[in-house]
Amino acid sequence: MVRGDFMRIVRIWSQTLLPPVITTSLYFVVFGTFIGSQLDAIQGLTYIQFIVPGLIMMSVITSSYMNTVSTFYFAKWTKTLDEVLVSPMPEWLVILGFVSGGVMRGLMVGVLVGIVGLFFTHLAIQNILVLIAALVLTSVLFSIAGLINGVFAKGFDGISIVPTFVLTPLTYLGGIFYSIEQFPPFWQTVSLFNPILYMVNAFRWGFFGVSDINIVVCFGVLGGFILAFLIILLWLFRRGIGVKN
Amino acid sequence: MEAISVKDLRKKYDKGVEALKGISLSIEEGDFFALLGPNGAGKTTLIGILTGLVYKTGGEAAIFGHDVVTDGSRAKTFIGLVPQEFNFNIFEKVENILVTQAGYYGIPRHEALPRVEALLKDLGLWDKRNEPSQKLSGGMKRRLMIARALVHAPKLLILDEPTAGVDVELRRQMWTFLRKINAEGTTIVLTTHYLEEAEQLARNVAIINKGEILVDEPMQGFLERHDNKKLEDIYLEIIGAEAE
Repeated sequence: MVRGDFMRIVRIWSQTLLPPVITTSLYFVVFGTFIGSQLDAIQGLTYIQFIVPGLIMMSVITSSYMNTVSTFYFAKWTKTLDEVLVSPMPEWLVILGFVSGGVMRGLMVGVLVGIVGLFFTHLAIQNILVLIAALVLTSVLFSIAGLINGVFAKGFDGISIVPTFVLTPLTYLGGIFYSIEQFPPFWQTVSLFNPILYMVNAFRWGFFGVSDINIVVCFGVLGGFILAFLIILLWLFRRGIGVKN
Repeated sequence: MEAISVKDLRKKYDKGVEALKGISLSIEEGDFFALLGPNGAGKTTLIGILTGLVYKTGGEAAIFGHDVVTDGSRAKTFIGLVPQEFNFNIFEKVENILVTQAGYYGIPRHEALPRVEALLKDLGLWDKRNEPSQKLSGGMKRRLMIARALVHAPKLLILDEPTAGVDVELRRQMWTFLRKINAEGTTIVLTTHYLEEAEQLARNVAIINKGEILVDEPMQGFLERHDNKKLEDIYLEIIGAEAE
């Protein structure tokens, strides 16, 4: 499954890898270079340095999510999923196969966007392990989330509603473009309910050692969401909801 | 040994439709078994339960002694399924479809490739191995479905209307192939609306209608009991009488 998904991602690179790279490059140019040059430093970082980790994370989140939701729904729609379900593979292995595909695409996009980011600014690496852990775990979380969406999707509309109306707003309000320290206390508290804030800050800490939130809390939230979503997904597969009749 | 054992099997769908009303069936290893019935009779539901795609609501079903629910993973290792609809990745190359399928059964690529070659040659698809499956003709797609179901060398092959839309010549070629693998030991369960096909191939026959088994006996005896009439005529009499 993973090999097949890798071949697919590479074969249709102009649909899977190129769009996030172009979109993020535009963010780098417009927000980072043009507008960012007019702004003060945030947490000791130039504005473009501040937003690069968040923009990489945004690409990873979107790519991981879209990979699993689209491949799973397409497999359901074309009934190729039946071949997986009639095989002796246990549920956890099927889930692992789909999630691995999402993680693979997320990481490929993340690395590409990071490389493009280097053309616009200097990126330090404070802690490579934190950086990799934040990247991989975020990708795992949103691959699982995309798979849950795919399980419930009953049409092509169903695979775009959550990314459009939930994921995009949460991502934009997840501390990519600002530090919550710039907010009044009430909005700082509201922002803490956005899980993406923790992922972006953990990743930014991995680069520059600055974060709005304690790094341990960031990974705690990330791990908690992964565990919760994984339990939900396994339960859905065991019950056959959205998968079997 | 029983390849398939079904006892008092029931399936009621959420909307209240009772697709199987407590059927019992026993298919011996090595058999060529025809499962006949009109559309909506419950054939595909039965196959779905046996292959783990549909949850039963009552009764028992086992494949080579392994319960399809409590020992589902083991039971599935014995089954090769050829579903009614083409359900392979249309963008994928023929050879890759089979290698991927083998992977689902834990067969590594280096082991799968010789099997894939043998199957594609047997089914006349070797020249098409590097073609995307969407470029195959209808008959080739049907043969690809059979090759895919056989790539892990299952002991039980379930064919759900495998020759639908296939021309006469190709259908005869497929019969020859199915006879060959049956003679080599593969148990075959065939559902088809071409009753001549069932008459030609199957040693045992069951007719199912409205979720109930109406007939379950050796083909030869069944035909003889009905004055050696054509299976199609007998079938129409039975199903027609049910409708009345």
